[in-house]
Amino acid sequence: MLYIPGNNPAMLQQGGVYGADSLLLDLEDAVAINQKDAARILVRNIIQSIDFYDAEVCVRINHLSTPFGLADLEAIVPLQPDAIRYPKTETATELLELIRIIESIEDKHNLPHNQMEIHAMIETALGVQNVFSIAGCSPRVGALTIGGQDLTADMNIVYTPDGAGIDFARKRIVMAAKAWKIDVIDTVFPDINDEAGLIKETEYAKKIGFTGKAVINPRQIDIIHEVYTPTDEEIRKAFRIVKEFMVNKNAGIGVFAIDGKMIDAPVVARAQYILELANVKVEI
Amino acid sequence: MKNSLGREIPEYIDGIGKLEPFEGAWAKLSKGWMDEPTIPAPNKAMLPHQSKLCSSLQEAIEKAAPKNGMTITFHHHLRDGDILLVMAITILHEMGIRDITLAASSLNDCHDPILPFIQDGTITRIWSSGIRGKLGRAISRGAMKLPVIIHSHGGRVRAIHTGRIQPDIAIIAASAADCEGNATGSHGKSAFGSIGYAVIDARYAKHVIVVTDNLVPYPCIPLSITQNFIDHVVVLDSIGDTSKIASGTTRITNSPMDLRIAKLAADAIEHSGYFEQGFSFQVGAGGASLAVAKFIREKMKKNQLKGSFMLGGVTSYCVDMLEEGLFETIFDVQSFDAAVSKSLFNNRRHIEIPAALYANPFNCGCMTNKLDIVVLGALEVDVDFNVNVITGSEGNIRGASGGHSDTASGANLTVVVCPSFRGRIPIIKNSVHTVVTPGESVHVIVTERGICVNPLYPHLGEKFRNAGLKVVDIHDLKKEVDGITGVSRKLKFTDKIVGIIEYRDGTIIDVIYELEEK
Repeated sequence: MLYIPGNNPAMLQQGGVYGADSLLLDLEDAVAINQKDAARILVRNIIQSIDFYDAEVCVRINHLSTPFGLADLEAIVPLQPDAIRYPKTETATELLELIRIIESIEDKHNLPHNQMEIHAMIETALGVQNVFSIAGCSPRVGALTIGGQDLTADMNIVYTPDGAGIDFARKRIVMAAKAWKIDVIDTVFPDINDEAGLIKETEYAKKIGFTGKAVINPRQIDIIHEVYTPTDEEIRKAFRIVKEFMVNKNAGIGVFAIDGKMIDAPVVARAQYILELANVKVEI
Repeated sequence: MKNSLGREIPEYIDGIGKLEPFEGAWAKLSKGWMDEPTIPAPNKAMLPHQSKLCSSLQEAIEKAAPKNGMTITFHHHLRDGDILLVMAITILHEMGIRDITLAASSLNDCHDPILPFIQDGTITRIWSSGIRGKLGRAISRGAMKLPVIIHSHGGRVRAIHTGRIQPDIAIIAASAADCEGNATGSHGKSAFGSIGYAVIDARYAKHVIVVTDNLVPYPCIPLSITQNFIDHVVVLDSIGDTSKIASGTTRITNSPMDLRIAKLAADAIEHSGYFEQGFSFQVGAGGASLAVAKFIREKMKKNQLKGSFMLGGVTSYCVDMLEEGLFETIFDVQSFDAAVSKSLFNNRRHIEIPAALYANPFNCGCMTNKLDIVVLGALEVDVDFNVNVITGSEGNIRGASGGHSDTASGANLTVVVCPSFRGRIPIIKNSVHTVVTPGESVHVIVTERGICVNPLYPHLGEKFRNAGLKVVDIHDLKKEVDGITGVSRKLKFTDKIVGIIEYRDGTIIDVIYELEEK
């Protein structure tokens, strides 16, 4: 997920070319207070006029407690981007209030309530503690994200490359997302020149269950894709498992073995997920 | 008359002569010979042990007997650090010499100070592969009575062989030279690497002056320029600004846009069918073009490929690839940074070549003929795949033909990389303002929005699609980009021709008209 400042027309109009799965058009932290109106108008017009190809479009609005949040919703919701990201979500109650406002705007424009997702951004200690109820408060919540920089600030600690201070938060947020079967996106890696550090952090995020990672520079996209793309060996193994599963299923067998190792439903599900990532289909 | 690209070319221009229209990228070569005869090189003699050393550049120029209407040549290996061209022209101006033909292999911003000498008639004709800065702007606005002639690097050699350029004096800057004029650019405080463009000047000029800031004991090795062609040797404190001649190592761009374009171009190369054991390769020195080398380097390692040779303008990145064993050889006609000079001096697989061997179309095979893959930049491209590298969006002359058309003509795969728009200016046009490289010699154009395949080479499109690469029709891409940027307004020109674009074979591929806006 590529962050693009909402007041940068050059970056916005090229947002779709870098191969990111998702674009975050940012009206919040990346935009100075005196640029908020201009950014809102620019993002509104860009969404209507630029082809972002296959990338999902998500808009991060300002919090409703600021003078800009409501105006952001009124400008963006009628355009129905793929998602609205809500910053500093701390409770289910406030997220439900956001959704209520969104749906009232949708009603005004005769828009359905089931198209645009809501992504809750968790970046305070209170949000981390409430994350399970936040994630499950509405079927419109399609993803959780963690904001590492704000979270460390809220915790009054320094963000370190090993991520020690936010490790608990990461895992708690991942677990809440997994419990509600929604996506979960890791925080940005701030040093754009440290490729090795980005690889290490992305590998860790993948290992503990994040389904993706946010980036602040397009140069980071291919690196993250590489980490998340299954290796040839993983694909070969998954293909074999799924193929054997289909053959056995047709024969009425639920559990079987490959090279002496038991293959059951969870192993098959994992293999199917790998093939889905690799865009590989199995036919027998 | 119209040439084969439909460009209107005058049959004759007063002061220039008859013009021959471009007929096709390989039309003249297919005959197997050059129509024009090759003129003989000057006949010279010198007594044994006669000193060539002069106490100043002025003395050397005076000994060369300059006269009105003479032609003087320079090489551009010192890039934007060159001070000799301005120094020599100033001397000629102070001597009262007028109506000079300036035939520098390229002109850079550092040559802006000669503008008054154009305006006062000291210089009345220019031949060059590129013109930039204030000179380019002034010439585009009619500063010269006669149009400048833009040639390619290979075309310059042809123009000298045929006598279209007849050098009276050649000034050859060298970072090391001896008292006989054996000279090189590969070492010394002002080292600039290969001196390949100057070799033809040394061979054909009536008076050849080597200028150095580093006189070494005889003999100066390597013998990049040899003493048998040199009339005079001048030693100065400095031949140029070393910080602008060559410094450090070339770094790959950090621009996400350039890297994106480069990645797509490298993917296209990988799946073109030409990325195989023993392939040969040339890339430009900056931006997306050089960045392609980064991805090709990774792909070569991954696929355990070893290339034959890298050619042309050479950067430290090419040197790194040579030292890693990814290529057997570098053939170097022009070097771009200090690290390249060191490699040229020390590595026997890094070989200095003259422009004639690099790109002259009329011989038994220049090295561009042997190229498999070349990656080139562009100021503008059009839907017929023609490329403009000489005039900018505002109509000014501000670039260089260089080896663009030479390498495109020779390579099995010519990849042009450019963004689809710069700022708010679309780069893909219906028709480029100035054609330098004909579309028939361009196989693919790669922008950040995908790979456009020249319909003349449909097999490439099929290969790219099979590999899952994003192939876009250039007309569709133009429409998409115009939708973002809007269509640029048309520039206004007078009917005065200020520039002639000579294709490498000597035919005229396009002309540049004077900008109306002053």
